[in-house]
Amino acid sequence: MLQGPGENAGVIDLGAGEAVAFKVESHNHPSAVEPFQGAATGVGGILRDIVAMGARPIALLDGLRFGRPGWAFDRAVAGIGHYGNCVGVPTVGGEAVFDEAYEQNCLVNAMCVGLLPAQRVTRARASGPGNLVVLFGSTTGRDGIGGASVLASHELAEDDEDKRPTVQIGDPFTGKKLIEVSLDLVERGLVESLQDCGAAGLASSLAEMARDGAGIDVHLDRVPLREDDLEPWEVMISESQERMVAVVRPQMLAAVEAVCARWELRCTVVGDVTDTGELRAFHDDELVGAIPARLLTDECPRYEVERRPRSARARPRDERPLRQRLADPNGRSRRWIYEQYDHLVGSRTIRRPGLDAAVVRLRPSLRGLAVSLDGPPVGERDPFRAGAVAVLGAARNVACAGGEPLALTDCLNFGNPEKPEVAWELAEAIEGIAQAAEALGIPVVSGNVSLYNETDGRAIPPTPVVGCVGLVPDVRSTPSRWREGDVLLLAAAPGELELAAEAALVRFLWKAAPLLSLAHDVGHGGIDAALAEAALWSGIGAEIELPPGEPCGGAALLACDPGDVTRLGTRGLTRLGVVGGNSILGLPLDELRAAWEGEP
Amino acid sequence: MTERPRIGVVVFPGSNDDRDAAWALGALGAEPVVVWHADEQLPDVAGIVLPGGFSYGDYLRCGAIARLSPAMRAVAEFAAEGGPVLGICNGFQILCEARLLPGVLRPNASRRFVCRDVALRVERTDIPLMSRCLTGQRLVIPIKHGEGCWFVDEAALERVAELDQVVLRYDGKNPNGSVGGVAGVCNPEGNVLGLMPHPEHAVDPLLGSGDGALILASLVDAAREHHGSLAATL
Repeated sequence: MLQGPGENAGVIDLGAGEAVAFKVESHNHPSAVEPFQGAATGVGGILRDIVAMGARPIALLDGLRFGRPGWAFDRAVAGIGHYGNCVGVPTVGGEAVFDEAYEQNCLVNAMCVGLLPAQRVTRARASGPGNLVVLFGSTTGRDGIGGASVLASHELAEDDEDKRPTVQIGDPFTGKKLIEVSLDLVERGLVESLQDCGAAGLASSLAEMARDGAGIDVHLDRVPLREDDLEPWEVMISESQERMVAVVRPQMLAAVEAVCARWELRCTVVGDVTDTGELRAFHDDELVGAIPARLLTDECPRYEVERRPRSARARPRDERPLRQRLADPNGRSRRWIYEQYDHLVGSRTIRRPGLDAAVVRLRPSLRGLAVSLDGPPVGERDPFRAGAVAVLGAARNVACAGGEPLALTDCLNFGNPEKPEVAWELAEAIEGIAQAAEALGIPVVSGNVSLYNETDGRAIPPTPVVGCVGLVPDVRSTPSRWREGDVLLLAAAPGELELAAEAALVRFLWKAAPLLSLAHDVGHGGIDAALAEAALWSGIGAEIELPPGEPCGGAALLACDPGDVTRLGTRGLTRLGVVGGNSILGLPLDELRAAWEGEP
Repeated sequence: MTERPRIGVVVFPGSNDDRDAAWALGALGAEPVVVWHADEQLPDVAGIVLPGGFSYGDYLRCGAIARLSPAMRAVAEFAAEGGPVLGICNGFQILCEARLLPGVLRPNASRRFVCRDVALRVERTDIPLMSRCLTGQRLVIPIKHGEGCWFVDEAALERVAELDQVVLRYDGKNPNGSVGGVAGVCNPEGNVLGLMPHPEHAVDPLLGSGDGALILASLVDAAREHHGSLAATL
């Protein structure tokens, strides 16, 4: 691990001089008020977090939870496509879950994965008194004022249309230029540190930069404005998009300005680094605000909130016939969603979206990264289980694509934590994530918390959404499709959420992957649904004998050449059947495909 | 004759597939050279690729701004002298806006961006940019666009047919509603080709298809030949 929590994103060493930076972040409240721009700027924000680490973004994933398919969901998908497609970063995966519990409070979680040389991790911390603080990118306006404070820190209610002005507007073209300029600056060694201007605007980005004794003086009258009557406090907290802050040594300024000019991007010296440890704001040389930066960061007020357990009743299993479950918005193919995203730009996408994890190649080598983003099943109310199951699902997805899970990132979506029951859910979910991660032996390197996801006093269910990144040693042996004559097996972890057994299953899966033509996580829909998905994905049916009962813990389907079965070992494996024919479980594939594909 | 012909890849602010195109050209035996949109003169190159993306954000009609760029004026001169020019997706849109190719590209009939593999039928192989393909051949190459519905009015369509300018058609389902299922067209001289599918994303079976390499390798051959003919006239 090269960088853990506390920076813009976590960074993991991949060996061979390469490192991967990644993080998931929420944009729930803005998306609830205005889904297109809310989702678009969610993508823009997470991209800048990765770029601030000096990494080139190579993959995006999105976790979407909505009440139902329909206008709001379509607009969020369009917003994600608008931004991701336009900036040229492939959107390769994620989840789309529909449940009426998210009707008033949709979840839009965006994850970005970036690649950088291992010895060049860029950080946000300012250093070197006398160095310049340079703001580059878009101008600053009134859009997004109060985005973090008004919108994200309160429950939603009936009059939320009034809050539309607090939602930022995305400009992916400037976002694209910002990415190219930032990476150019880092590659040329022109900046000491980089920071995204995100929630709470300059106030939070400068406070986060002014740490460890360094201070920052900012001159708000020097900030280029979109409208000229902004108050200093508005300049300080505006969340206008597509802006970044860099610390630049004075002798490098001309070179920085030249890079920005080449990309026709505005850049302005707005302040300098001091040794006061204070964040001081000036307007026309008059001091208009000062605070020790540590009070906004490491020493900010902490709350010990009361926790009260609440009983959680699990929703009964969906017992409808397979065809109906496959046609359900939660059971059907996500093709109609991911086909609206460019998932190929970069020419790295070895395993495309649609099944478990995608794999992107680390060109020019044959190594690859398997990436997934996964949350708890619909109706899961037990927060510990939700956290653990999300971690294990994300890791299993990566392992099914042949990746050895390396690290996790998490987005904690919860209700109002001032309520003891929600505070308890939050603590329990964190414990579930922590224990599952420990069982897997991998770190959680970054993440984000989204609270107050409730409307009129009704909170969303505990929804920790977990991203996992894994290393595929050779993309040529990525499991892809099952083939005629392959033997089908079921690998299941014994017991109900026995973490050691779950971790052993994950380990078995990625180690076995090079021998497998296909591996597919059984997930929340059951063995029959997983078999149907794998058959439709592969375009060929199978002769199956279902085992009695469903596994209580994690499980995966495996397909391999009959000659390789003995090399897998037999412990914990159940033989399900043989690949062949045009039907599965007695249902013709074309009939199932008609139910499974197309839009809900 | 150059072993590795130099092929310029024009980079506009907002180009996305420039790196992928350069990588694919390099793998297929060319030396890719970045051409910056603001450059008024082309460097010493024997072929040009206009890559995919959203030039200048494409907040206006796709390609409408890019056609006014200094580099495009130079590309138009290069094309007029017979130099091979390949426009991919946004590059195709720019070539149409610049009137180097017939027609316009409208929003998809579905009104949605679409990214998927499509099957194509090769209609012409007698132009240098398609020399490695066979007439009637079926190619699988991905598309990814929101505005790929090629359109011309009936009179223009007759002229396109007369001059035999249709180079590629969608085979099977038309993904964007283009007139006649057209996926790619060339100029009457045959040295400028625009297409919506992305051959640079289909140069390696690991990426799902290697069929795009046939088109890009044809460009590399054409550039090598163009360089040779220029050298001969000097």
